[in-house]
Amino acid sequence: MLDSMQGIITNSEETGKPFWEVILEEDMTERQVSRQQSMTKMLSVWQAMEEAADSYTGSRRSVSGLVGGDGLKMRQYNRKGKNLSGDYMGEVIAQALSMAESNACMRRIVAAPTAGACGVLPAVLLPLCHREKLSQQQILEALYVASGIGAVIAHRASISGAAGGCQAEIGSASAMAAGALVALRGGDGRKIGHAVAMTLKNLMGLVCDPVAGLVEVPCVKRNVIGAMNAVSAADMALAGIESRIPVDEVIDAMGDVGRRMPVEMRETALGGLAATPTGQAVKEKLMKQ
Amino acid sequence: MDIFDILGPIMVGPSSSHTAGAARIGYMARALLGEQPVKARIHLHGSFAETGAGHGTDRALVGGLLGMKPDDLRIPAAFEVAEEAGMEYTIDVVDLREAHPNTAVVEVWDKTGRRLQMQASSLGGGRIMVNQLDGITVSFTGNYNTLLIRNQDAYGAVAAVTGQLSRMRINVANMSLCRHKRGGDALMVIETDQHLRPLQVDTLRRLNSILSVTYYDKEDDDA
Repeated sequence: MLDSMQGIITNSEETGKPFWEVILEEDMTERQVSRQQSMTKMLSVWQAMEEAADSYTGSRRSVSGLVGGDGLKMRQYNRKGKNLSGDYMGEVIAQALSMAESNACMRRIVAAPTAGACGVLPAVLLPLCHREKLSQQQILEALYVASGIGAVIAHRASISGAAGGCQAEIGSASAMAAGALVALRGGDGRKIGHAVAMTLKNLMGLVCDPVAGLVEVPCVKRNVIGAMNAVSAADMALAGIESRIPVDEVIDAMGDVGRRMPVEMRETALGGLAATPTGQAVKEKLMKQ
Repeated sequence: MDIFDILGPIMVGPSSSHTAGAARIGYMARALLGEQPVKARIHLHGSFAETGAGHGTDRALVGGLLGMKPDDLRIPAAFEVAEEAGMEYTIDVVDLREAHPNTAVVEVWDKTGRRLQMQASSLGGGRIMVNQLDGITVSFTGNYNTLLIRNQDAYGAVAAVTGQLSRMRINVANMSLCRHKRGGDALMVIETDQHLRPLQVDTLRRLNSILSVTYYDKEDDDA
């Protein structure tokens, strides 16, 4: 049962198995599958992420017309070589935008953990994979780490915007991505735990306020902050910086904040950006169509 | 919830509840009818009605009826595919009492004129729950192999079915039984751990007091 980060960390330390393998074995028990079957399914997840990235052209627009093309714009800007974020972070931003736009434009993506937050995890992994020629095994291990983190958050708090606000969607995606990055750099379970704690702390309280109720504004760009937050938390954890609040307590606090969040801020499109004059005008225009 | 509910489903966007779940609802109605419908009436309730068009809920439901799974890239073009396939459909809004916000009622007809009515909800993450079948309250998800058995409300009908399943070494995971009125029709919903072969389903059809058997194989929806 993936019900606490500390449980996975302790299990990993006591058995000497790496963090990712504890999660793989949990999947084998839970779904009654072999190691090979589990890893084949995880590979299909990775391949779907790669295909989704490869099929992005930047030419599509969403049903409402609000989003599309920004991933391409970011990439063109990056190529000029003067971006502030540098090569890796520049591509992280472009990839987060592209994947989230693909989702809004009804392309095929992998919900991670939700469709609205589907850009975060591939945004940090794909550029690293291209730069450093990571092996398939390394990628799969990172994906197990990410999925285990998501499972713990789903169990203790929530991964749904309707239940816990954007902190539960982009926040959870960011935590999963940070853990995956730490694992890729050889960080142990404790470091993964600190990275997860730091990502969730830094996005705590983020509301879910989609304009016209659509997974477009501000969802697409929030994938960017989820991804950049993950990279910075992973680097902090790898530097030996620790969260003063233990990771499971942070997850519980995120769940608590989500439960207390007003219903207007939980995917109902009644508060936040959705309730702005411009947000309302967009909604009215769409209703007339 | 397993780790592939966290990393997944692999789906056409933009929303796991409003798009992937909607496709699964359509797919389920088609599976229960046993073939591609020639005509469909789709009624959207709650959030499905309010934000459905922007989320492609309408296209996903029609796509599901045409046999598209949640990851099928033809979902955005489902209306055009329906036209080519000669499937008539209408989509309107319905206000149901005490239903989940993401609910659809789907009426479908096969070419002989047989009609099936199904009410189902999208629970989040692409998971669905069928709530009503031809007016009888049910609850099943398609996460198991599922037998829907219409029987006469008479003694021995349940025992005949479960006895036969036992001889086939099929384990019942969950089971429910509901009837319209005493002595009338009843509906058994049986979720099983093992898959049933077509011959085994036929054997169940020949049992006394059994009016019809519909079988949903979960491999069909392994998206």
